[in-house]
Amino acid sequence: MEGIFGNLAIGFTEVFKLQAITIAGVSMTLPFNILMCLIGVILGTLIGVLPGIGPVATIAMLLPVTFNLAPIAALIMLAGIYYGAQYGGSTTAILVNLPGESSSVVTCLDGYQMARRGRAGPALATAAIGSFFAGCVATLVVAMFAPPLAEVALKFGPAEYFSLMVLGLVAAVVLASGSLIKAIAMVILGLLLGLVGTDVNSGVLRFAFGISEMADGIGFVTVAMGMFGICEIIANLEQKEHREVFTSKVGSLMPGKEDWKRMWKPILRGTALGSALGILPGGGALLASFGAYTLEKKVSAYSHEFGKGAIEGVAAPEAANNAGAQTSFIPLLTLGIPSNAVMALMIGAMMIQGIAPGPQVMTERPQLFWGMIASMWVGNLMLVILNLPLIGMWIKLLTVPYRYLYPSILLFMAIGVFSISNQPFDCFLMACFGLLGYVCVKLGCEPAPLILGFILGPLMEENLRRAMLLSRGDPWVFISPSKPISMGFLLAALALLVIIALPALRKKRQEVFVEET
Amino acid sequence: MKIKSQQDWWAGLMFIGFGLFFVVFALGTPEFIDRIVGVKLIGGYQMGSSVRMGPAYFPVLLGGLLAFLGLLVLLDAIVEEGPKVAKFHFRPLLFIAVSSLAFAYLLKPLGLVLASAALVFVSAYGGHEFKWKEVAIMTVVLAMFSVLVFVKGLTLPFPICPSFIDNCPIR
Repeated sequence: MEGIFGNLAIGFTEVFKLQAITIAGVSMTLPFNILMCLIGVILGTLIGVLPGIGPVATIAMLLPVTFNLAPIAALIMLAGIYYGAQYGGSTTAILVNLPGESSSVVTCLDGYQMARRGRAGPALATAAIGSFFAGCVATLVVAMFAPPLAEVALKFGPAEYFSLMVLGLVAAVVLASGSLIKAIAMVILGLLLGLVGTDVNSGVLRFAFGISEMADGIGFVTVAMGMFGICEIIANLEQKEHREVFTSKVGSLMPGKEDWKRMWKPILRGTALGSALGILPGGGALLASFGAYTLEKKVSAYSHEFGKGAIEGVAAPEAANNAGAQTSFIPLLTLGIPSNAVMALMIGAMMIQGIAPGPQVMTERPQLFWGMIASMWVGNLMLVILNLPLIGMWIKLLTVPYRYLYPSILLFMAIGVFSISNQPFDCFLMACFGLLGYVCVKLGCEPAPLILGFILGPLMEENLRRAMLLSRGDPWVFISPSKPISMGFLLAALALLVIIALPALRKKRQEVFVEET
Repeated sequence: MKIKSQQDWWAGLMFIGFGLFFVVFALGTPEFIDRIVGVKLIGGYQMGSSVRMGPAYFPVLLGGLLAFLGLLVLLDAIVEEGPKVAKFHFRPLLFIAVSSLAFAYLLKPLGLVLASAALVFVSAYGGHEFKWKEVAIMTVVLAMFSVLVFVKGLTLPFPICPSFIDNCPIR
């Protein structure tokens, strides 16, 4: 325990550190990291509130801006966007019945009903309190579980890493909605696209077709912005705008005595479930909120009220999605494996900063590692303090029509992509990936698995090569008894696939996603 | 044979297409085709051995797997009922794509102000409603904002003014 608090202390000193910086020619001393955290959570809340732009597109959009920042400041801001978006998403879910974020879909069910009964204030407060509590617990969970996991991971060889990546990718697609085969195919397409560019081992230029801009491979930011940003804009423009804002008085914010009594248990359960699901590869906020709602519906004494404005139906999923959002940093920080598209972007951000994600981050850069964890707690505190009084402002933002928003989003994306290498070619590629993403969505293929594959492609090839070299070309090395960890990972991956492929479960899985959405 | 799921059918074809694309470009064209055409069409890369994998090894492996999965999706399309392909909306698709390309290729010759104006204008035209006054105001605001934030604030090396004007009033 002492170690944890010692480490967290390192983190907090890093977060509150004063730095001399120069902005637009003026130099000053500021607590820069905390400022970036603030910017991150405000931006996150903003995009969480605004339907039609998600955290993936926003983080992709801001990646080029972070090139000039110190690694810690960049990562703190990007992380803030992610959990800030969970907060903002719940606000729109409750007030407008529109999930600003996919993870707040379930909050719509009871949150909006509460708002319709004139209890929007307590619903919003419950969401905020639940999220804050979950955020505090999840910060401790990350601080407790990350070091031992990283220690284990440090002993992994190339064979173990390859198998771990296979398991991570399989788990990520199994837990996603939609067709399993198509999701796996998207992962493989992503892996292949990740191989474009110069092969590090032989120096051969692969799949570049004589285009000099492709020598370094396809930019990660370019793919993410195309597949998520551009594609989202086009998809949003398909539908005519219609948005009813439920502004008829938010009312008193504070929950009553009865509310407090009813919400603390669901918050505890939601936090526990969310933290656990977040650690799993493929987990994260979305799965956590679905899981918590379903669980609460089963165990709650008020289960008959669910769907009609039960406070438990807001408290549990909101606590769970925030806990899940935060603990999904554990596989990222300790193993270097992304569990969802946002985490894939975080890996991209670390690589841009010259940090190889993996277990060595914690030992080699303790300030960065613990600073980021401490910033999560600080960020959550900021969200509670900022958001409850500012709710009126966020509601106003909801009335901004989409036709003002998307040209601005598009402009910032284009500037961001152009600035990567100062070449028009990247914008061209972004448009191409936007088109690919649009086609994929139309054909029922989720773009998120592709981005996971894309980030892991080169790493997987490298580890496969090394493992095969060490085993003198014996493919059985991955499942030989001399490598029990690698064998375990692969068996787990296989088990997951088999379980999901069973017809009975397949149907059930579809039902779960249909019922809740 | 009847296709029961249009969506899966086309998705399957797409995956097979991508899979074969990567396999063919990694391996190069087979010799008999080269002989017919008379030239080496696609060079391909070294396959190497399983001990020392060449640059073609992993792409061929993955490409083959992707094509195989595509085939499975295709079979699924014949066996199981599924949704139709949702309608493509070409208007937003076209205007969004064109506007980002316009920005990219106009930025160096015309500068950030005009390039962002072009992007905002073209993309706004792809939406449902296009009101001249609104779009004009938005163009001015966004152009100013991007100059201030990205060039002045974040010091991106973008030209602000068209390159053919020598003494630009805004610097």
